Amino acid sequence: MPKQAHIRKVLILGSGPIVIGQAAEFDYAGAQACLSLREEGVETVLLNSNPATIMTDADIADKVYIEPMTLEVIEMILERERPDGILPTIGGQTGLNLGMKIAQAGLLEKFNVKLLGTSLETIYRAEDREAFRNLMLEIDEPIPKSRIANSVKEAQKALKLIGLPLIIRPAYTLGGSGGGIAFNAKEFKEICERGLEASPIHQVLIEQYIGGMKEIEYEVMRDSADNCITICNMENFDPVGIHTGDSIVVAPSQTLSDREYQMLRTASIKIIRALGVEGGCNIQFALDPKSFQYYIIEVNPRVSRSSALASKATGYPIARIAAKIAIGLTLDEIPNAITQKTVAAFEPALDYVVLKIPRFPFDKFPEGNRMLGSQMKATGEVMSIDRTFEGALQKAIRSLDSLPELDRFLGQKDFWEKPTDLRLLLIFEAIRSGKSIKTIHKRTKIDMWFLQKIANIVKLEQQLNACRINSKAFTEKLKQAKRWGCTDARIAELTETTVEKIKKIRTLNRIEPTYKMVDTCAGEFEAHTPYFYSCWEVENEAVCPKLKRGEPKPEKAIVLGSGPIRIGQGIEFDYCSVHAAMALRSMGKQAIMVNNNPETVSTDFDVSDRLYFEPLDIEDVMHIYENEASACKPEFIVQFGGQTSLSLASQLAKQGIMAHAGLVDRIELASNRDRFEKLLSKLDIPYPQGKAVNTPEDAITVANQIGYPVLIRPSFVLGGRAMEIVYSEKQLKAYIAYVFKVSPDAPVLVDKYITGKEAEVDLLYDGEDVLIPGIMEHIERAGIHSGDSMAVYPTQGLTLEQIDTIVDYSTRLASAIGNRGLTNIQYVLDGKQVYVIEANPRGSRTVPFLSKITGIPMVTLATHIIYGEKLRDLGYLPGLYPESGIVAVKAPVFSFAKLTDVNTRLGPEMKSTGEVMGIDTNYPRALHKAFLAAGITVPLKGKILATIADEDKQEALTILRGFDSLGYPIIATKGTSKFLNANGIKARTVKKIASDKSNDILDLIKGKKAVLVINTPTQTPEAGQDGPLIRQTALEYNVPCLTSLDTARALLFSLRGQHQGRGLKVKTMQEYLEL
Amino acid sequence: MSHAYLLLKDDSLYEGEAIGALGISVGEVVFNTSMTGYQEILTDPSYTGQIINFTYPLLGNYGTNREDLESKKPYLRGLILKERELLPSNFRSISSLDNFLARHGVIGISNLDTRMLTRKIRNFGVLPGAIISGKTLTPTLRSRVLTQIHAFSDADVIREASCEAAYTYRSTNSNSKSPKRIVCYDFGIKTNILRCLARYDYDIRVVPHNATYEDVVALKPDGIFLSNGPGDARSIPQTIAAIRELARYYPTFGICLGQQLLALAFGGDIYKLKFGHRGANHPVKDLTTGTIQITSQNHGYNVDRDSLLGTGFQVTHVNLNDGTVEGLQHETLPIFSVQYHPEASPGPQDSMYLFDRFHKMLAERC
Repeated sequence: MPKQAHIRKVLILGSGPIVIGQAAEFDYAGAQACLSLREEGVETVLLNSNPATIMTDADIADKVYIEPMTLEVIEMILERERPDGILPTIGGQTGLNLGMKIAQAGLLEKFNVKLLGTSLETIYRAEDREAFRNLMLEIDEPIPKSRIANSVKEAQKALKLIGLPLIIRPAYTLGGSGGGIAFNAKEFKEICERGLEASPIHQVLIEQYIGGMKEIEYEVMRDSADNCITICNMENFDPVGIHTGDSIVVAPSQTLSDREYQMLRTASIKIIRALGVEGGCNIQFALDPKSFQYYIIEVNPRVSRSSALASKATGYPIARIAAKIAIGLTLDEIPNAITQKTVAAFEPALDYVVLKIPRFPFDKFPEGNRMLGSQMKATGEVMSIDRTFEGALQKAIRSLDSLPELDRFLGQKDFWEKPTDLRLLLIFEAIRSGKSIKTIHKRTKIDMWFLQKIANIVKLEQQLNACRINSKAFTEKLKQAKRWGCTDARIAELTETTVEKIKKIRTLNRIEPTYKMVDTCAGEFEAHTPYFYSCWEVENEAVCPKLKRGEPKPEKAIVLGSGPIRIGQGIEFDYCSVHAAMALRSMGKQAIMVNNNPETVSTDFDVSDRLYFEPLDIEDVMHIYENEASACKPEFIVQFGGQTSLSLASQLAKQGIMAHAGLVDRIELASNRDRFEKLLSKLDIPYPQGKAVNTPEDAITVANQIGYPVLIRPSFVLGGRAMEIVYSEKQLKAYIAYVFKVSPDAPVLVDKYITGKEAEVDLLYDGEDVLIPGIMEHIERAGIHSGDSMAVYPTQGLTLEQIDTIVDYSTRLASAIGNRGLTNIQYVLDGKQVYVIEANPRGSRTVPFLSKITGIPMVTLATHIIYGEKLRDLGYLPGLYPESGIVAVKAPVFSFAKLTDVNTRLGPEMKSTGEVMGIDTNYPRALHKAFLAAGITVPLKGKILATIADEDKQEALTILRGFDSLGYPIIATKGTSKFLNANGIKARTVKKIASDKSNDILDLIKGKKAVLVINTPTQTPEAGQDGPLIRQTALEYNVPCLTSLDTARALLFSLRGQHQGRGLKVKTMQEYLEL
Repeated sequence: MSHAYLLLKDDSLYEGEAIGALGISVGEVVFNTSMTGYQEILTDPSYTGQIINFTYPLLGNYGTNREDLESKKPYLRGLILKERELLPSNFRSISSLDNFLARHGVIGISNLDTRMLTRKIRNFGVLPGAIISGKTLTPTLRSRVLTQIHAFSDADVIREASCEAAYTYRSTNSNSKSPKRIVCYDFGIKTNILRCLARYDYDIRVVPHNATYEDVVALKPDGIFLSNGPGDARSIPQTIAAIRELARYYPTFGICLGQQLLALAFGGDIYKLKFGHRGANHPVKDLTTGTIQITSQNHGYNVDRDSLLGTGFQVTHVNLNDGTVEGLQHETLPIFSVQYHPEASPGPQDSMYLFDRFHKMLAERC
C-alpha cells in the first residue's frame, strides 16, 4: 500500500531527558524518523523537552517544540498544528505512555488525529500484564506459569501444578521483600510461609522461575500489509535475571542451532501479528538451555534500545523504516539505502560478531548497590564488531574507556559469581587464578561457549607470556593475538617488551589491520555504506583510492567521538561530534567518524563520509589514521568528543601525528594548575586561591594555609569526579586518600571555596576575535556541579558591571589560551569580585543548549575556525552576542530512582544523567516549564515539608515565608518549626524518623501528605542522619525534593506566576528564534 | 594443525588451516550467507559437487547432532570457513563440527578471509576450485590439481545425489485406510521435504531420478512431487520428457530443481545465475496474495522468465532482490512450483503454507 495520502502532517513524540533506561538511542531513532517522514513529503512537528539532542535541531523537523512533555502541552500543540497523525513509537517508554494518555484523554477524537504505528489497543495488550498474558495464552505462546496463593495449602497446590523451581513474591511488599526462589520442596514451604507472613494481605504470587535460562531477543518489523521480517536476533551473555540493558549482548545468537533460531523467529512473527504492531517491535525470550522449551519474557511494541543496537549491528535502519511503515508504506515499497538497488523487505545477514557491553555509573556512585537485576542501572553502552568473538570482546572492553577498580572485590571470596557490573572482569580474573569454566558455568549459568572464549584469551595471554619474542612461535601467536583483539600494548606488557618492538615485528611480518564493511548482506550485494570495522585478515575494503594525475587532493578529517554515555560525558558531546562532521562535509571535506557508541546519531553511517566503529584507544585510532593517510593525511578534530578525545589528542601528539599540535599544549595550559595560574596572574584575572598538590600531607598544609572551606578535586577529569567541598581539617583527612586513589598520576587541586553565584560562558575564538554567544547564570550557588545546576540564559541576577567583567575576562583569557574553536569558562561571583574557576579549551556540555537558544551554530563555526576562517567573515561580530526576547532555563534530571543505596545529595561531583529546557518570553514562565519538564510538578495547593540545616535557616526564612504567603501550609521538623514559628511563620511540627515509624516524617511523605520536600543537608557528612532517608523516601514515593535553597527560591518564583493565573503557552523553536 | 590451501580456477591460491578430513577435493566454489544451520547445509544433497564458503565467520558453535540431517551423509565437496569452534555448546550436540567432517570424509579449510572470497565470487561469478590439505603444495601438485579443476563438470551430480532405488517414506499422519499416494522424484531430496509431506495423510513413494513415465504411472499416484537437487536440470533429458507426460495427468508440485524441470518440460528454459542464491534471507513476493515471505534458498540456475511465453506457466512468485522467477503456476493444469525452499531447514518457516496449497490441490482434484 502506498503512503496514506491524507497523512500530510505528523506529530512526533521524543523521549525527553536522558535517564537510565532511556538514553541517546531515542535521539538517533527520533532524528531518523523525522528525516524519514520528511523524505516522504510529510510535514513534521516534533515535541521533545531535551535540548541536548540532534532531533531538536531546527533543521531536523519542520516545527520543533522544546516544551514540557505533558498532556496540557500536547493539547496546545494539537490545537495549533492540527496534525493528521501522532507517532508515539520512537520516543521510548515516554513517547508510548504519552501516546496512551493522549488516547485516554480523548484528544484523538477531539482533534481528529490518529495514533500511527501502534494503536491504543496494541499498546494496552503489550503493556498491561494481564492483557498480555491473555493474548499469549490465546495464541498459544508460552509464558511462565503462575498462581496466586492465600495459604500454604494453596501454595502446595500451585507447586504441584507448576513444578520447581519457583519464585515466590509476597503481594504488596516493597521490592518484593520476604520472597525468594525455591529449588526444592522444603525451601518452597519455608519461603511461602515467610512470604505469606510478610504480605499485608497474606497473599503470594507463585511463578515458574526462569532465571538462569538463555535470554534471546528478536527485533521484528511488520507493515500494514502484514508482511513480517526479523532484523536481528541477539543472545545475552548474562542469563535471564539481569535486565537486557544491563546485560552483555551478542548478535547474532551464538549457541542456537537453526531449529532453535527459527522456532523463536516464528514465535516472534506470530506475536507481532497478534499484537498488530505496524513498525518495529522487540521480543525477549527465555530459552531453556537443555530443551526446546521457551517462554516470552517481554514485548516492546516500539523502537527500543535494542532496536538501536540492532540497527547499528546490522546496518538496517529500523527507526527510519518504522516511520515509513507508520504512514502506510509497505516493506517492498521502501528502498534499501544500503544496496540502493533492493528493497527494505529482507533480513540482514551478518558476517561478523557484534558485542555490546553496558557502561555503569558506579564510578560516580561508589557507595551504590552494584547488584544487577530487573531494574536497569547502566547509563550507556559500547558496541564492537569483529570477525572473532574474542576480538569483539576485547575491543568492547577497550571501548569502555575506563575500567573499574577490581582490587577491593578480588579480595571478597567468590564475588565473581554475583551478578554485578564487574562480573565479566572478575570472571577473567577467576579463570586466571585457575577456576575451571565448568565451576563458573555452574554458579553463574553463563553459557560454556562464552566462558570458553574468555578462557581462550586467558590461555593465549599465558602463551604469549611464555614466548620469546624473537622466536617463530611468537610470530604465529602474535597473528592469533591480533585476530583475537589484543593490543600491541597488552602484548608488549605480556612479553615484557616495548610497544614499538611489537609493532616492528608486526610490520616485518606484515601483520596489519584490515577493514571490512557492514553491509547487511554478508557481501552478497555491492553496498554503499561507508561503515567499517577492523579485523586482521587479507582484504582491506576501506581503501583510499590512489589519486589520478592532476586530481586535487581531497581534504579529510577524523572526528573523534566521545564513546559511551556516562554521567559527565553525555549526549551533548555526541551532538557536537555530529555537527563537526556535518560542518566538515558542508565545507567540502571528508568527515571520518570514529566512535563506539551504538546508541548515538554520530554512529549513523549517514552522518559522515566514513564511519569506523572502533574503540577510542590510541592503537585503534592510529591504525585508522595510517589507513586513511595512505592517500592523503587527515586532520584530527578532537575538541568535541569530551575528555575521551582530549586524552587521545595528547597521546596522538606524543606519536607526533597530531596536526593541531598546538591544541594539546592549550589543553595543558588550561589544565595545568601552575601554568594556568601564572597565565591568570599575568592577565590580572582573579581566581580562588589554591594549589596543586602531590601528596595528602601537602593537601592538608595548603588547605590550612588558605582556610576552610576548600574545594578538593583531581585535575584532568570531567564531570567533577571525586570533587568535594571540605569544611574542616578532620573532614579533609577522612577524604583525601580517596581523591589520590582516583587520580594516581595527576596532581590534586586544593582551592579556596567561594560561596557565590556561578556563571559560565561557551565562546568561540578565531585567532583574533572572541564571540560570546551568551552567558549562563547558574541558579544554584557554587558548590553544586555545573552539570547538576539549573541555569538560565540570559542572566537574570547579574549586574551590567559583572557582565562586562565576564566579557572582558573571557575575551582576554580565551585569546591568551589561544585555542581556535570552542572554549568554556566558568566563573564564581562574590559580591563585585568575579573569579575564574576553570577554563576548558573544548566543546562543553552547554554547547547544544546555547546553540539552540541563540541560534548560533557554535560547532559549525568552530569547525570553520579550526580551518582558519574568521568570525567576521562568517557573519559574526566579536563580543557578547545580543540577546533576543527569550529566556531559557536548563534543568538537570537525575536517575536516582533507578539506583539503590546512592547518596542523592548534590555536590561538586556530577550526578545527573540528563537535562531539559524550559523556554519562554520571560523568566518565571521559562522556570515553570523547566520544572514541569524535569518532573518537578507542584500543584497550586498542598503542604510543604521543610527540614532545614541550621546554617541555612536564616536564608530559608524569606523563601518559606513566600510559600506560606501563596497559601502552602508548612510542616517542619522540630528545630526548623521552632525557628519558623519564632519568626512569624506558622509551621506544624512533625516527628523526626521515629523508631515505631508511625506519624513520623517518612510516614508523611509515604502518605503523600506533602507536595514538596525541602531538605537542605548539613555541611558535615550525614552518616547516621535522617537526611538521606528522607530524600530516598521522597524519591520512592515520587514527591519532589529540593536540596538547595536556590532551587526552592526559583520554584517559588515560578509558582508566583502560576498563582497569578499565568497559564502555559507554547511556541516552536523557529518562532522563538524570530522573537 | 596442518596447512590447507584453496586453489581456484584462475590459479589464485589462499592459505588456511585444515579442518575435517585431509586430501584433495575439487568442486564448484559457492557461498552461503546463512548464519545458522550449517549441519543442514552440509547434508543438503543439492550441494553435491560444490565447495561451500560460509560467510558467517564462526562455524561449529553448537556442534552437530543426530537430528539436523537433511540426508544420510554430506554430499558437498568441501567447505571453507573463517573460525572453527572446537568446543561446541548446545544440549543436542554429540560431536564437534571438526569430528563430524572427519567422520564423513569432508575436506575443509579454515582461517580464510571468507569475506574476500565472497566478494570475489560476487564480482566474478562462481568458479571451480579445490581444497588441498595435509599435503605440501609442490608446483607439480599445484598444476596437477589445476588441471583437475579445469576438467570439473557438474553433469553427473543429479545421479550422484538421487537415491538408487524406489522406497516408501512412512507418513507420520497416515490415519486413514486410503491415504493419497504421492510419487516423489528424488533428485537429491532434503529429508525435511519428506517430513513436511509426511504430516499429511499421504502414502509417499520415493523414486529415483531416472524413474520413467511408466514406472510412475504403475504406482497409481494421486499427485507428483519433484524434489530439489544439484546441478543443471538439463542434464537429465529423459526425466524431463517423463515429467512432460506425468504433469499433464497428475497434480504436481515442484521445489527448486523441480521447478526448473517443470519449466523445461513445458518448453521453457533455464540459465545459470552469476553466483546463485544461497542463504536464509531472500525476500520473495507471492503475487497471488501480495504478501512477502523471507525464504531459504539454494540454487545456481533459474527459470528464464522470457522463455515461459507459451508454456502455460505464469509467474506467481518473484525475488525482491533481483526480480528473478521464484514460483510458477500453470494456467489450466494443477501444477505449481517454487524455486526456494518452503521446507526451510535451515531457514525461515514462512512458506510452509505451500504444502497446504498442494494438499488442497489434491483434494480438489479428487
